[in-house]
Amino acid sequence: MNNLKIFVDSKYIDNYETVLPLSGAHAVAEAMRQINPDTVAAYPITPQTPIVERFSEFVADGKVDTEFIPVESEHSAMSATIGASAAGARAMTATSSVGLALMFEVVNAASGMRLPIVMPVVNRALSSPINIHCDHSDTMACRDAGWIQIYSENSQEAYEHAILAIRLAEHPEIQLPVMVAQDGFITSHSVEVVRILKDEVVKNFVGERKPIHSLLFSENPVTFGALELPDYFFETKRQQQYAMEMALKYYSDIANELTKLTGHAYPMFEPFMLDDADVALIALNSSAGTIKKVVKEMRQEGKKVGLLKIRLFRPFNYELMKSMLKHVKTIGVLDRSFSFGANPPVFSEVLASLRSENIFSFVYGLGGRELYESQVRETFDNLLKGKFDAKINYIGLRE
Amino acid sequence: MTIKNVKKRWKDIPIGGVIVEPKTSLRNKTGNWRVQKPVFHPERCIHCMLCVPYCPEDAFIVEDGKLKGINYDYCKGCGLCASVCPVKAITMEDENVEQENDEK
Repeated sequence: MNNLKIFVDSKYIDNYETVLPLSGAHAVAEAMRQINPDTVAAYPITPQTPIVERFSEFVADGKVDTEFIPVESEHSAMSATIGASAAGARAMTATSSVGLALMFEVVNAASGMRLPIVMPVVNRALSSPINIHCDHSDTMACRDAGWIQIYSENSQEAYEHAILAIRLAEHPEIQLPVMVAQDGFITSHSVEVVRILKDEVVKNFVGERKPIHSLLFSENPVTFGALELPDYFFETKRQQQYAMEMALKYYSDIANELTKLTGHAYPMFEPFMLDDADVALIALNSSAGTIKKVVKEMRQEGKKVGLLKIRLFRPFNYELMKSMLKHVKTIGVLDRSFSFGANPPVFSEVLASLRSENIFSFVYGLGGRELYESQVRETFDNLLKGKFDAKINYIGLRE
Repeated sequence: MTIKNVKKRWKDIPIGGVIVEPKTSLRNKTGNWRVQKPVFHPERCIHCMLCVPYCPEDAFIVEDGKLKGINYDYCKGCGLCASVCPVKAITMEDENVEQENDEK
């Protein structure tokens, strides 16, 4: 309790156990200890390794009840995590970079089966050339994989986001896996002061997982991951989109619940000196911290600059982004990855937020669903009448 | 912009493609996948049962140790049975394509 008073508001001090000098990776491991998942299957990869390394010490020391499965690759790590989650367990893993790339096949299976797996990801460049340092190519390559993505500025956020992610993933109307990202080395290996909640506070917040279906409910047997042909595949995928819509709907409720315990806010997009800014930068992860320092300095010089930090990248709240940028004259979007031959990922989303009103989205044909001439004609006719809302429209879906 | 169809809507099916009851594959009659069908010639059959374990669909009807016929609801027409039969008691013949393509 010694240093708590220096770092924690007196209103929230009863919820905290201590402050510790922790790297981002060890902060996440600490969150995992407190979450005490039923199963962790993991494979080491720089710079994620210290997460599962520290967590495996917790397992060896008997500080958690977790079944720890050391596997032979990231593909197996995610596969074992999926199996455990389908059985009804609260299951976690962690990875980085090419490890995430190797598990990509089953990353999609996890979201497709609606398994609320939480996976800390330490951002690192993808090969080639081989490089172990930070960029966001790995998680950005998974932005369409159906996972919720939360980005963390520092160790404190990485710790709290991991706890938040459990509730978000397991919400009955969401049931989606979550990636909690932090920057490789910059965050994962830099030691900062991290305020640690009491074990009981975290335990009560995350509660117990209540699976909707479980492979271990023998009186009510179910099948996970079966074949779906063109007659049903699109409908199952539409449910995933709905789950993302529900994640947008319930995110703030769950975040506010955590705020009541920690005293920290977790807005989807966090403004910093943005209210009267003429020029703003948009960024996610650790660079937001660097930008905040520069913004403060430039404000001293009388320059009206600000920052909009993205916390929740998937699902992406386009309307909120648009409303927060309404007054900003010039916007700069920072991307730590390419989308080769196209606009970079974060820029692309911000641009989409500010789109004109006469362009509409139609999703069709998933899993081999046919597109008929009559549907093309109907789409044209409706566009001629100009009657669509800005949200996604569907062709050939059984609504 | 919806398809009129007796199949269920997206809000009415279990999430994640989970199949919530056992034995549902019985309803998925894969017989209409066939291009060729195996024809059983009982007069040549020596009831060695070699076709039975080779069949990937368990589509052979066996009663009292005797081969009685083929369940065309599930036989996909792979032809393994015809190729392993030592006495040519099963032969492959072309399906009537028009008749078999009436997918429900």
